[in-house]
Amino acid sequence: MNTSNVSEQFSAGPPQGKLAPSGGSDVREATGVGAPLVQAHDLAKTFDVSPPWLNRVIERKPRLMLNAVDGVSFEIEKGKTLALVGESGCGKSTVAKLLVGLYNPTRGGLTFDGQDAHAAFKTPQGRQLRSRIQMIFQDPYASLNPRWIVEDIVGEPLREHGLITDEAQLKDKVGELLKSVGLSPLDMVKYPHQFSGGQRQRISIARALATEPEFLVCDEPTSALDVSVQAQVLNIMKDLQRERGLTYLFISHNLAVVRHVSDQVGVMYLGRLVELADKQTLFAAPRHPYTRMLLDAIPKMHDIGRDRTPVQGEVPNPLNPPTGCTFHPRCPHVNDRCRAERPQLLTLQGVKIACHAVEEGRI
Amino acid sequence: MSLLQVQNLIVEFPGRRGTLRALDDISFEIAPGEILGVVGESGAGKSLTGAAIIGLLEPPGRIGGGQILLEGQRIDNLPYEQMRHIRGRKIGAIFQDPLTSLNPLYSVGRQLIETIQAHLPVSHAEARQRAISLLQDTGIPAAEQRIEHFPHQFSGGMRQRVVIALALAAEPKLIVADEPTTALDVSIQAQIIMLLKNICKKRGAAVMLITHDMGVIAETCDRVAVMYAGRIAEIGPVHEVINHPSHPYTAGLMAAIPDITLDRERLNQIDGAMPRLNAIPTGCAFNPRCPQVFDRCRQQRPELLPAGATRAACWLHDVPVGVAA
Repeated sequence: MNTSNVSEQFSAGPPQGKLAPSGGSDVREATGVGAPLVQAHDLAKTFDVSPPWLNRVIERKPRLMLNAVDGVSFEIEKGKTLALVGESGCGKSTVAKLLVGLYNPTRGGLTFDGQDAHAAFKTPQGRQLRSRIQMIFQDPYASLNPRWIVEDIVGEPLREHGLITDEAQLKDKVGELLKSVGLSPLDMVKYPHQFSGGQRQRISIARALATEPEFLVCDEPTSALDVSVQAQVLNIMKDLQRERGLTYLFISHNLAVVRHVSDQVGVMYLGRLVELADKQTLFAAPRHPYTRMLLDAIPKMHDIGRDRTPVQGEVPNPLNPPTGCTFHPRCPHVNDRCRAERPQLLTLQGVKIACHAVEEGRI
Repeated sequence: MSLLQVQNLIVEFPGRRGTLRALDDISFEIAPGEILGVVGESGAGKSLTGAAIIGLLEPPGRIGGGQILLEGQRIDNLPYEQMRHIRGRKIGAIFQDPLTSLNPLYSVGRQLIETIQAHLPVSHAEARQRAISLLQDTGIPAAEQRIEHFPHQFSGGMRQRVVIALALAAEPKLIVADEPTTALDVSIQAQIIMLLKNICKKRGAAVMLITHDMGVIAETCDRVAVMYAGRIAEIGPVHEVINHPSHPYTAGLMAAIPDITLDRERLNQIDGAMPRLNAIPTGCAFNPRCPQVFDRCRQQRPELLPAGATRAACWLHDVPVGVAA
């Protein structure tokens, strides 16, 4: 984006810093016919995790900044699914919250259907944009208000956005939404505790669909569910995508689920994308050493009794990330350049990848 | 002879509205050095089976019938003090969350030394030496220094290694591992599973591995028991259960798991959900969700019947009657 020089300066400042100036003409040009619905450019979020002021003054503790997401760019075309995978603490969920506007980015921005979304969220017309982007959360036990009946839960976005004001119409619409996720309209009068985990997650899908959004951000929607229920929810999500042309950002740590739902896969490590490729390529020929490690680490059902040597080491502390490539302490192909220089996300043979070894042809 | 025999075990929870049967007539055996996987969805009774074996059922839960034998001796009716000596010495336990299974106020060394001295007649210095070598065996670097550290100074994966060292401290014959890798990331999970598999093989300890992850079972176990609604649906060698499941529930479960090596347009789904304990259907507990249900399933409860190389609790495998129906 044309503002990257300006935003570099902001990144050193406080986390709730100014939003980078909106995209300007080049963004509008870039979103002509067939342009991606969602474009994230250089998204970054820094959290201030400093000790309280008094401790800083008395104990001379320094300010601490955590770069949860550090320059993530991707595009999602209409009707497609981008999956983000990575281990805990890699910034997947922060990306999700940035995309729906629950966080303001420290740097970079999101272009949704040609508009700078974060600038639009702040204007009165932004409500309309918010209704086009909805989110499904991980834990269906925590994301539904236990004191509301399902009708209120699913109907809330409709009321909030002023889409339906008539009570009878609202009931009809809620019933229709519940039917579309495989529940009965009669379930409307029940409370969340009367449902199982899978049914609750369907309620939250129905709620997310209420405003007829085009873009759904799904943050680990099935990781709290059992496998047979997970299959039900994933099938419903795929059916809805086919029927309504929905665009998904699907966040998961489970690569098998990702393979099942996605068109494109982005692998994240310590706040950055290390590999971004379409599904077939990524699973057939993973390039980045971290992607290879992740794929190898998954226990496979048909490799019975397989013995292996898993990659050693753990995800480093994001408060004090390694220099150069953040994966270098665990990487089997490390050299001096990896320790010193941070690899950029380059397009190599149709795959976006941030690795010196791949760039130099060493692997 | 089997190391552990569980015979017709029943665990129940008395309540105001009657007694709930959480485990209903569970029988299985574990041979010395064998790794038995126990798999099932939440609420199937996996963890309860483990808790009953190590004698840590939370009241009001109680063993309502059947027996548990360790090396031929009954352990389900022992007084608390006697059971305390068996737990740790003969049966080690590993739980899901390594942070809650360690005492945050004591260094890991102190906890290890205490455990070793409680079960083995060794001096403090010997116990400490043993603790260090245990930490080394579980792959903790610089064990001499790390032994002084407190649990919060370890990462999740390292903490689980400490818990494994603790479980192995008194060289038990059986380890009950209840979801040991569920709280961990995949790359750490792979490390811990390989560690558990290798270290138990080296020491000849049998493992009862409770998990909901079929991939972990496939890579680790010799045999697997699939549980459903407090009963064993199928039990047998791991390759048979995964490649040729005999019980419709096992087959449905296998097809519902997204496979990283395959592209499938739709996942197989088992409609409905596992019944609540107060509403377990008569006959086979799986009958309302079963695609191959017939009359007998609704009336009569199936026992574990031989089905190829495994045993499955399904009337489909009771051939003469199944044909007649």
